[in-house]
Amino acid sequence: MKYLDEYRDPAAAQVLLDEIRRVSTRCWTLMEVCGGQTHSLLRHGIAAELQGTVELIHGPGCPVCVTDQADIDFACQLAKRSDVMLTSFGDMLRVPGSQGSLLDARTRGGQVRIVYSPLDAVELARRQPEKQVVFFAVGFETTAPATALAVKQAAQYQLDNFSLIVSHVRVQPAMESLVESPDHRVQAFLAAGHVCTVMGYQSYDRFVARYQLPVIVTGFEPLDLLQGILAGIRQLEAGEAWLENCYSRAVQVAGNQSARDLVQEVYQVSDCRWRGFGLIASGGLSLREPWLRFDARARFAECGLPVILNSACRSFDVMTGQLKPPECPHFGKQCTPETPLGAPMVSSEGACAAYFRYAGV
Amino acid sequence: MTSSWQLNCPIQIPAETDCVTLAHGEGGRLSRKLIQERIISVLKNESLETAGDAARLPRVEGPLALTTDSFVVSPLFFPGGDIGSLAIYGTVNDLAVSGARPLWLTLSLIIEEGFPLLILDRVLQSLAEAALSTAVKIVAGDTKVVPRGTVDGLFINTAGVGELTEPVPPGPACLREGDELVVSGPIGQHGIAVLAAREQLQFDPLPHSDCGSLLKAVALLRGALGDRICCLRDATRGGVAAVLQEWAESSGLTLSIDERCVPVSSGVKGMSELLGLDPLHIANEGTMLIAVRQGAGPAAVSVLQTLSKTAEARVIGSVKARGVAAVTVKRTLGPEQPLHDPLGSPLPRIC
Repeated sequence: MKYLDEYRDPAAAQVLLDEIRRVSTRCWTLMEVCGGQTHSLLRHGIAAELQGTVELIHGPGCPVCVTDQADIDFACQLAKRSDVMLTSFGDMLRVPGSQGSLLDARTRGGQVRIVYSPLDAVELARRQPEKQVVFFAVGFETTAPATALAVKQAAQYQLDNFSLIVSHVRVQPAMESLVESPDHRVQAFLAAGHVCTVMGYQSYDRFVARYQLPVIVTGFEPLDLLQGILAGIRQLEAGEAWLENCYSRAVQVAGNQSARDLVQEVYQVSDCRWRGFGLIASGGLSLREPWLRFDARARFAECGLPVILNSACRSFDVMTGQLKPPECPHFGKQCTPETPLGAPMVSSEGACAAYFRYAGV
Repeated sequence: MTSSWQLNCPIQIPAETDCVTLAHGEGGRLSRKLIQERIISVLKNESLETAGDAARLPRVEGPLALTTDSFVVSPLFFPGGDIGSLAIYGTVNDLAVSGARPLWLTLSLIIEEGFPLLILDRVLQSLAEAALSTAVKIVAGDTKVVPRGTVDGLFINTAGVGELTEPVPPGPACLREGDELVVSGPIGQHGIAVLAAREQLQFDPLPHSDCGSLLKAVALLRGALGDRICCLRDATRGGVAAVLQEWAESSGLTLSIDERCVPVSSGVKGMSELLGLDPLHIANEGTMLIAVRQGAGPAAVSVLQTLSKTAEARVIGSVKARGVAAVTVKRTLGPEQPLHDPLGSPLPRIC
């Protein structure tokens, strides 16, 4: 397939693998920030090929995994109401809250619909004025522009039966929180290409200057990842730390200006609870004043629930690169995709799901 | 007594409608009218016309195969097929891959109150054409109408009887190391076509289902390879991965495929990438997996490639001694990975 097969060419990948082995004088530890990168590294066998040359550890970049359990419980609670139709992306439906997932809520009679775009949820609200349509808005800066557009469209149609559970998170504050920890092991970051497509990568300048760690903007195909890894190792071997874009076919320095404007208009940066991480300063987005009438938390304030946390899941250790999924005592035993203890085992970008699906035999 | 006398019956006789009503399912005049004028007239055969409580069937020499399947697809019409043709091909294919020549089918319709009669006519027409093209007779049937909201438009069940013909493929328990795995065509077409139609995803060109009969391909293959065929299976729900898992479980061996050999159309590949789905887990309706004895893979492919529908048949893997995983797949750069059963229906990802 055009624009895809070219980046999966085994011969070209072999050249890059050889070059990475040639330039590495020791085993460096690189963190791929995005869960999509984790899946690709394992699916295409890159992590296994580079074992002993580069240690690849997983970052916090799966928006489904880090969505606060309280938000999932709130969504499940809303789904049980007869006047509510709860909508979200497919990924979110299997993630366990304290009392089950949205799929469980649907099995027990709740109205839960998968949508492919938040604009589909707006359309559902238009077509079914008797229902309160709630969109569970999850995702990094990549999906925030689309939900911002949905809010504006709902306002334009003067819909009073559409609202959002805003659970958007911001990736850079999580990276900062991670490297502030004294026992972190990261020597360089492969930054999430999709997020940079929207937000650009200027803001990493300050990050690199402050923490003296190389940041390489990296895509998701095997050759993208191998180029990113090679660039990171070259910097580390040279004792340098700078910001480098290895995904220039998709990422511009300033990102996508109209998408950024849209996010800026509808959302403001706010502190946010991340599952496993706790409160991260400036780690999320919330609706600005003119759009607050679309906030499902305000509209259904009476549906809040006390949070019952599941302490068995070690997802925080996995998402900070402290623990590889197979090292978790629950991996593949109590915790499988059919009986997940936490989100990383069921999310399509979850690190545990990646190991379960692709770990070598 | 004058001629102006009229019977004033308190029971309202339903007027002709353009949709199915509960009265159509209550066994009275409207039921008979629906069955005679809309179903039997389209499916036309003497067994149905006798309208007994059971079909009387002629004696058959050999042993029989019996199968049943229910069809609940949404939407009812999708690029490449519809619930009517699907209900015939699905059951005919189940018989064909079991080594049987399909003979007779039963047909049960469960219709939602308010279902448009014109749409029912279209489904029945498609169903009749599929039956004609596969030379199977629908010999008995049933029609139920249920209140609005209790089913999604129309559900169909078909059961099929076929005569087993020698040599009957022995099944996956007979697999042994070295046997080869063949797929008859590009995978994932049906699941992606239905998903795109259901969710109104604007792909251009729209993916088409592979919904169709495997009778001819199976007949050719069995004629050419005879007892070198171990087992055949149409890879419906759960896709190729689910069939491989079942075969691995039955045989106690490891089934190993190479992803690079599996034919996938660019449309299915693109949509799967976009939605985060694995084509190996996506449903097919006219594509089968075949396990043949060691060395017979290329012959199977050559035979299949003589038909346009199976022109892209490929050898995709082989049977090995049981390793760590029951089913493995070689991905892009060559590592062998476990291939798990799909978990429920595939859910598209966020980004």
